[in-house]
Amino acid sequence: MKRFTLIFIPYIWLAALFLVPFLIVVKISLSDTALAIPPYKPALDLAQGWAGLMAFLGDLDFENFTFLAEDDLYWKAYLSSLKIATISTILTLLIGYPIAYSMTRAAEEWRPTLLMLIILPFWTSFLIRVYSWMGILGQEGLLNQLLLWLHVISEPLKIMNTPTAVYIGIVYTYLPFLVLPIYAALDKLDDNLLEAAEDLGCSRFKAFWLVTIPLSMNGIVAGCFLVFIPALGEFVIPSLLGGSQTLMIGKVLWEEFFSNRDWPVASAVAVILLLILIIPIILFQRNQQKQRESEG
Amino acid sequence: MRRFSWFNATALTLGFAFLYLPMLVLIFYSFNKSKLVTVWAGFSTQWYGELFRNEAFLDAAINTLKVAVISSTIATVLGTMAAYVLIRSGRFAGRTLFSGMIYAPLVMPEVITGLSLLLLFIGIGLDRGILTIVLAHTTFAMCYVSVVVSSRLMTFDRSLEEAALDLGCSAFEAFRLVTLPIIAPAVISGWLLAFTLSLDDLVIASFTAGPSATTLPIKIFSAVRLGVSPEINALSTIMISVVAVGVISASLISKRAAVQQKRDEQAADRAAG
Repeated sequence: MKRFTLIFIPYIWLAALFLVPFLIVVKISLSDTALAIPPYKPALDLAQGWAGLMAFLGDLDFENFTFLAEDDLYWKAYLSSLKIATISTILTLLIGYPIAYSMTRAAEEWRPTLLMLIILPFWTSFLIRVYSWMGILGQEGLLNQLLLWLHVISEPLKIMNTPTAVYIGIVYTYLPFLVLPIYAALDKLDDNLLEAAEDLGCSRFKAFWLVTIPLSMNGIVAGCFLVFIPALGEFVIPSLLGGSQTLMIGKVLWEEFFSNRDWPVASAVAVILLLILIIPIILFQRNQQKQRESEG
Repeated sequence: MRRFSWFNATALTLGFAFLYLPMLVLIFYSFNKSKLVTVWAGFSTQWYGELFRNEAFLDAAINTLKVAVISSTIATVLGTMAAYVLIRSGRFAGRTLFSGMIYAPLVMPEVITGLSLLLLFIGIGLDRGILTIVLAHTTFAMCYVSVVVSSRLMTFDRSLEEAALDLGCSAFEAFRLVTLPIIAPAVISGWLLAFTLSLDDLVIASFTAGPSATTLPIKIFSAVRLGVSPEINALSTIMISVVAVGVISASLISKRAAVQQKRDEQAADRAAG
């Protein structure tokens, strides 16, 4: 009996507030826009019993998805989100790996402090960290002032409201997510393996390439997915730093819902975004599973 | 063998400069006299004064704290239950669905979570306000709590629980007297994580908040959309300082605990030897 209650309460909570809402999104993505409250049809009328259900199902169609497929805007938004998420994941890895690697080389007594310095931004408001770049990247921002003062450039660079600003924002906010799993993987690495590789004639660089990188692969994969998955549906960064030029699907969904008030299209956008995310999510889960098995 | 090279020193210096300079700039300019945030016009704390006189911000801050305290507390209870079920309950009907529902919200884009909850609330005719934000935050936060707690439960020596049961504890007593004290650090960090996620959340709150209740991130977002503002710099400085003090003292406490433990172990070794 007690065991039943223990399972029942969180189960029902998640079913009611995660699963059901998600099914509603799928249902509304198959509905039509209507000038009514709520602004879509058909509405399910359970009072009519079986006939009502059949009539309801008959009215659902894939019209919104055909609309998405035919309109250039959505294709471009999905592709540009994929491109932005991929490039920023690679950039984050290029910046994050050396940081994680150097942290494991630091003296033992320094490591907890370094680790704390990586974790601290994670507890700080995401919104504020994105916002902090607005004063730096703007036309009259600090970066332009500095570069002009140093005579590196003769007129201000336009960084704010371009994809470049979005890359900077994503790398900046997600860097700790990538550094932590790589640090964890590198920290466990047995130094004797590197010594053995060097004794057997490897150069230090070759030993790094043939030993360190493969042995930290789990951390690299986990870190990359932790950047890529949230970056793909990102809303805050493109809307604060990207301006109107940068097309990302999270922003399109938001505008479809709040500005155009087209709920069925917004829901269809959400369903497709999720379908795109399923592959990376499954790969990520599999990587985590493998890691747990190799540890356990 | 581990050598700390020039390359390592450079990577760490540049890396931490990248992570911290933007926040330091923000803090620096919050004390700027000028309304123009990029022109330094002398030291002033006027923006802090303006901030504390701005009632809309104060109301939003109170709402945010209310939501965060309530939702993270419920999420901690539900998340701990869920973790216990996942690790201890063995097989039951719908276990796969259950663990799927725990892990899926962690990777679900916020815009989708927000949209789907809003459509639910409208569907069942629930007025949007504090209650709906609390429900939304509790749902995603409980998943984070259950991941944190279940990783602790996995490494936990089950024979301790069994011993308590053998000695006559009821299942609940065994949980309260043995399991809970051992997993307490994970439960506390789960609560802190849930609390921070709730304080931080903009996207899900924007979907689920009604006109009657706004939270601080919603307020900040609508203010900074128009550009950099010195008042927001002041607010950010306060928020960053609170987090920094919290994280630094937590790490000092855990460091001291580790040192103490080492000392105790050495003393025990000496006594034994």
